[in-house]
Amino acid sequence: MTSLFKKGIKTFKILAVILFFIAAPIFVANASSSEESADKEFSPSEMIMHHIQDTHEFHIWGELAMPLPIILWTDNGLDVFMSGGFYHGDGTITTDKGSYVLEHEHIYYAGELGEDEHASKPLDFSITRNVFSLFLSFALISWVFISIAGKYKKRGTSAPKGMQSFFEPIIIYVRDEIVIPNVGEKKAGKYLPYLLTLFFFIWINNLIGLIPFFPGGSNLSGNIAFTFTLSVLTFLIVQFSANKAYWKHIFWMPGVPTPVRFILAPIELLGTVSKAFALMIRLFANISGGHIVVLSLASMVFMFKSYVVGGVVTPFLLFIMVLELMVAAIQAYVFTLLTSLFIGTAVAEDDHH
Amino acid sequence: MELLIPNPGLVFWTSIAFLLLVFLLSKFAWKPILQTLKIREESIDEALKAAESAREEMGELKADNEKLLVKAREEREQLLRDASKAASMIKEGAKADAEVITKRMMEDAKAGIEAEKQSALAEVRSQVANLSVEIAEKIIRKNLENDKAQKALVDEFLNDKSFN
Repeated sequence: MTSLFKKGIKTFKILAVILFFIAAPIFVANASSSEESADKEFSPSEMIMHHIQDTHEFHIWGELAMPLPIILWTDNGLDVFMSGGFYHGDGTITTDKGSYVLEHEHIYYAGELGEDEHASKPLDFSITRNVFSLFLSFALISWVFISIAGKYKKRGTSAPKGMQSFFEPIIIYVRDEIVIPNVGEKKAGKYLPYLLTLFFFIWINNLIGLIPFFPGGSNLSGNIAFTFTLSVLTFLIVQFSANKAYWKHIFWMPGVPTPVRFILAPIELLGTVSKAFALMIRLFANISGGHIVVLSLASMVFMFKSYVVGGVVTPFLLFIMVLELMVAAIQAYVFTLLTSLFIGTAVAEDDHH
Repeated sequence: MELLIPNPGLVFWTSIAFLLLVFLLSKFAWKPILQTLKIREESIDEALKAAESAREEMGELKADNEKLLVKAREEREQLLRDASKAASMIKEGAKADAEVITKRMMEDAKAGIEAEKQSALAEVRSQVANLSVEIAEKIIRKNLENDKAQKALVDEFLNDKSFN
C-alpha cells in the first residue's frame, strides 16, 4: 500500500516536471510577444511563424536575447559582425564595408529596401539560431558518441555501462533492423556509419527542437534547408552507389513491352528525384507541424486569458508533447529507413530475373 | 511559401556540420563501437556454443554416472544376496554340526550311563553274593551248633547220595 503511494508520488513528481517543461514555452511565448505587443493584440500566427522560422538572435527570456554573429558575403567581400544592432535602435548596422538592415529576418543593404521585392541582398551565412542549434547538436552528438567509443575501447567486450548501455540497443537496432534488412548484409558495413550518423543527427535535432527553452527550441530539423540538405545527400548517395541493374530498371525496364519502356523511363527518372523530395517534405512537415500544434495550444491560453482554457489545454499539451517525443524518434527512423531502402534498391544484385 | 524555400546559408552550414559529423563519427565513434559490438557478439556466440557443448558433456557425464550407479547398485545387491546366502549356509552348517555334536554327546552320555549302570549292577551283584554267603554261613553256623543237627545233616547228605 505504501509502496503504491510512493509510486504515485514519484509519478506525480515526474508529471510535475513534464508539466513545468510544457508550461515553459507558454511563458517564453508570452514574454517574446510582450515587448512588441504591449499595445498590440496577441497574435498567435505571428508568434508561431516567428518561432518556426530562423532568426538572427537567440531569444532567451523576456528582454534577454543572445546576439549571434552575422556573416555576410557582400559586394565588398566578407563582413562579420554581431546581430545585436538589428534588434535595437533604428535597426541598421553600419560597418566599414556597408550598412545593412534586417527585414523579416532577411538582411538587405540599407537604403535599397523599398517597394522593390527583389532588393539586392548580401549572401547570408550568419550563425542564426538554427545554425547555433546545429552547432550545439554537432557538439553534443560528437561528444556523446566519441566518449561512448572511448568506453568501448576501454571496456572492451565487457557489458555496456551508463550512457553506453542506453545507446547500444539503439545502435544495434539501426544496424540490425534498419540497415542490414534493407541494404543487405554484404553492403551494410559501407553505409552503416553514414546511416547511423543520419539517424542520430535527425533524432537529436528533433529532440533539441522540443526543449522549450534556451538553448533548445529552435526549429532546425523542421527547417526546409535542413531537410533539403539531408535529402540531397541521400539522393547523391543513391545515384552514386547505384549499379547497372538499377539504371537498367530506370531507363530500360526489363519484362515490359518496348513502347511501355519509353513511357516508364521518364517516370522512373522523376521517381529518383521525387523519393528524395518526399523525404525532404516529410521531415519538414512533421517537425514544423509538431511545433505549430504545440505553440497553437499554448497560444490558446493567451488568446482566451482564462484559467479554464489553461486547465483544459495543459493536459492536452502534455499529450501532444509526449506524442512529439515519439514523432521525433519515428521521423528519424523513417528518414533512415527510407534512405537505407533507396540505397538497398540501388545496390541490389539483379538476381530476380 | 517563405517556409518552403531553403535558405542557402543554412544549407551551407548544415552540409558542413553534417558531413563533418559523418566523417568524425565514422572515424572515431562508429568504427570502434561497431567493431567492439561485432567482437562481443562473436564472443557471446562462442560462449553460448561452449556452454552448449559443456552442457552436452555434463549430460554425458551424468548418463555415465547413472550407468555406474546402476551397476554399483546391481553389484551391491549381488553382494547382499551372496552374503545372505553365505550366512544361511553357515547357519545351516552350524545347525548340522550342533546336531551331530549333540547326538554324539547324547550317545556318550548314554554309554556312560550304561557303563555306570553295569558297574553298579556288578557291584550290587557281588555284594549280594557276599551277603548271601555270609548269611548262609551264619544260618549254617546257627543250625549246626549242636551235634544232633550235624548228624541229621550228614544223614540227609548221605541219603541223597545213594552209593550205588
